Amino acid sequence: MTRQERSAWLFTTPVLAVIALVFVLPTVLALGLSVTDYSIYALADWSNLRFVGIGNFTDLLATPLFWRALGNTAIFAVIGVPMAIGTSLFTALLLNDATVRWKPLWRVALFAPYVTGIVATAVVWRFLLNTRFGLLNWLLGQVGVAPVDWLGDPRWSIPAILLFVTWKVFGYNMIVFTAALAAVPEELMEAARLDGAGPWTRFRHVTLPAIGPTLLLAAVLSVAGFLQLFAEPYVMTLGGPSQSTVTILYFMFDEGFKWWNLGQASAVAFVLLILILSLTLIQTRIGRRYEWL
Amino acid sequence: MALNPRRLRAIVLNAAVACVTLVTLLPFVWMVIVSFMPRYESSRYPPPLWPSRWTLGNYYELLVRRQYDGAWFDYRILPAMGNSLLVAAISTLLGLLLTVPAGYAFAKLHFRGRERLLKMLIASLVIPGQVAMLPLFLIFRELGLVDSYAGVILPSLAGIFAILFVRQATLGIPDEMIDAARLDGAGETRIFVSIVLPLLMPITVTLALFLFLGSWNDFLWPLIVLSDQHHYTLPVAVAAISREHAADGELMMAAAVVTTLPVLALFLALQRYYIGGLLGGSIKG
Repeated sequence: MTRQERSAWLFTTPVLAVIALVFVLPTVLALGLSVTDYSIYALADWSNLRFVGIGNFTDLLATPLFWRALGNTAIFAVIGVPMAIGTSLFTALLLNDATVRWKPLWRVALFAPYVTGIVATAVVWRFLLNTRFGLLNWLLGQVGVAPVDWLGDPRWSIPAILLFVTWKVFGYNMIVFTAALAAVPEELMEAARLDGAGPWTRFRHVTLPAIGPTLLLAAVLSVAGFLQLFAEPYVMTLGGPSQSTVTILYFMFDEGFKWWNLGQASAVAFVLLILILSLTLIQTRIGRRYEWL
Repeated sequence: MALNPRRLRAIVLNAAVACVTLVTLLPFVWMVIVSFMPRYESSRYPPPLWPSRWTLGNYYELLVRRQYDGAWFDYRILPAMGNSLLVAAISTLLGLLLTVPAGYAFAKLHFRGRERLLKMLIASLVIPGQVAMLPLFLIFRELGLVDSYAGVILPSLAGIFAILFVRQATLGIPDEMIDAARLDGAGETRIFVSIVLPLLMPITVTLALFLFLGSWNDFLWPLIVLSDQHHYTLPVAVAAISREHAADGELMMAAAVVTTLPVLALFLALQRYYIGGLLGGSIKG
């Protein structure tokens, strides 16, 4: 081994060892755990552990709350991803305009929700969304809308949480889009303008292809992010009302750390993993077709 | 002053940006205003937009230890803040110590298996960390790390993203510089410490900020691994009291202020590094 090689291992081994211990090993073990009936009894005594094969997975399919959690998560993702990305793109386009002044100032202000913690901001939003004293319902009342029971009505609980999540995360993609928009070739924009292309055509045929790869990356990360919602429903609704905000991770957390069915919870974790992997794969396929990759 | 189309456009767009920003910041402004209201004032309709009188009562109630009927009582927010600070500081320091040299090695040092390891690291980014959490809990239980600060900190040190982040920044350092030092007989550690590290300083500050805020805001894992409320970090403590005091708007807003204020202050002070880090140095301003 050369001196350089020895140093390289000296530099990398500690962190690789940590990664192996807290990430690689547990991920492999999760697969093992998901085919056992590891529960509170096994937690007390290993000899109670039994191999159940795909039993956990077939059990899940027969659990209504699991399907509910899958469905809720799907709704969160299907509405939330376009909502979050749309808001980010809209503000990025707004900020990108040459006539807008004090850009760094706006950028910092709009990014502020992203750096703050979920728990504290969820507490604030729960208060803003309060049916009787909440600021949002008061503002809606000013324009004649009857009070909405945001967090108490199963029809409104997901939109309410999405409002909060969008507020919280849009700043991140906004920054990323700002960078991509700055790289849109100015000559191309000018040429399109001279050809008489309107704002929408210019956006569709000049801006969009140029920011395509960034948009794709944002979509992949957002889908993964929305599939991993947990803290928001945990702090704001405890999964309610009538289980309308139980997400996959919320279900996993309850199954694992409330009821101590760690085998079953591991199976849920794997379903989540497979979902994220396959959606990422599909998105990269679509991206390839449009030559964004 | 003529109102030509360009000027009109500028006014409309600047106003639109200002409106969006105002709406975005409104929850923070409201949080601060309500936290200074006398108890129960916010639970009225229409909501008062300004405190009838400004009071520090909510902060006093939240932060100061008091004696009731001979027993001490407090919401344990200050101790939780201390815990969060300790955990975040150690996570950040150890995280930098582990990942910065590794990121440099992956960029500039040649060793067998480097490319394969790198590919594995990149691939593992798509695996959600929650998959590892259940077995990790069992492993930590065997190791006696449950309900300890080490149990909170250790998983945060597996900085795959951090390694790749440092590597990306290091690729920009010219090889000639490092080779020249090698010819002069400098050892690899010496080269890293006295040549590479100073050049990586801005990126290290950025990474430190990412690590610190990530640890300060982390919720799910501390919630799982900590059971004794004396060990709670700030988000876990706030979530716990918000369950019992959901109706106490003013108290909860004070708790939210105390939790978000340090983060916002740190972000404002170092926002150049933070936003610059997100953009990978592609934009200035």
